[in-house]
Amino acid sequence: MKSAVVQLPGLNRDRDMIAALTKISGVAPVTVWQTETDLPDVDLIVIPGGFSYGDYLRCGAIAARMPVMQAIKAKAEAGVKVLGVCNGFQILLEAGLLPGALMRNASLKFVCREVKLEVVNADTDFTRAYDKGQIIRCPVAHHDGNYFADAETLAAIEGNGQVVFRYADGTNPNGSINDIAGVMNAKGNVLGLMPHPENLIEAAHGGSDGRGLFASVLDVIAA
Amino acid sequence: MIKARVTVTLKNGVLDPQGKAIEGALGSLGFDGVGQVRQGKVFDLELETADRAKAEADLKAMCEKLLANTVIENYTIALS
Repeated sequence: MKSAVVQLPGLNRDRDMIAALTKISGVAPVTVWQTETDLPDVDLIVIPGGFSYGDYLRCGAIAARMPVMQAIKAKAEAGVKVLGVCNGFQILLEAGLLPGALMRNASLKFVCREVKLEVVNADTDFTRAYDKGQIIRCPVAHHDGNYFADAETLAAIEGNGQVVFRYADGTNPNGSINDIAGVMNAKGNVLGLMPHPENLIEAAHGGSDGRGLFASVLDVIAA
Repeated sequence: MIKARVTVTLKNGVLDPQGKAIEGALGSLGFDGVGQVRQGKVFDLELETADRAKAEADLKAMCEKLLANTVIENYTIALS
């Protein structure tokens, strides 16, 4: 699997993502800087977590207007898979590649802990390695992960199977509507989620529940 | 030069945890009878033009493209 990891000022989870992609796919991803508009030919583009542009204005708002995002938008339209984790999810929403918005956690506190996630839709290119309804462990670390969408959008994404992950067993850490932790676009090739699957992929992490997400994409591409 | 003020507020129905916290803090300071508090943002901009219609159109585009997230926020534009 050929992958790319986007780098922007203030993103700080890029190295974790590069390590996870390298370990799981066996090939190191290429890195793409925010000003690049000619993207390499890859199967998966990942926008990792962090605090791009210091979270100024709104989380992900300024990053979403950088030249690289126009190029990613074009790739997404062409069917390339795009994954956004944490700040990457915020950036995808701000760029209009995913529906809804992320707001300040209902507790107003930064949360850094492990949550449980239900795999709501296992029939996606990002979740085929899991079973529908499977509960997995996953770390979260964010201040603005409170997912919101208006009633109409919410009904649409719930109806279309675009809600891919939900916080389970009362572990919703941020007040997200319908316990939503991860959503994809209608076409099914762009996924964003607040939790960090790249930080739970091997024994040294204390578990490998996050590995399935990357393994799913790898399988789809290999098939 | 035209000076403008853009005010960005949360749409009705969007939960505002920060506004809620401020509301609670005002109550604890003894300010009784404070109803709902909603937090927003104010941007003061200087535009190098004398054309008010152009300024207004540019500001609207700035709000739609960057200053507001229209999924959750409304905006108003005032020229001085």
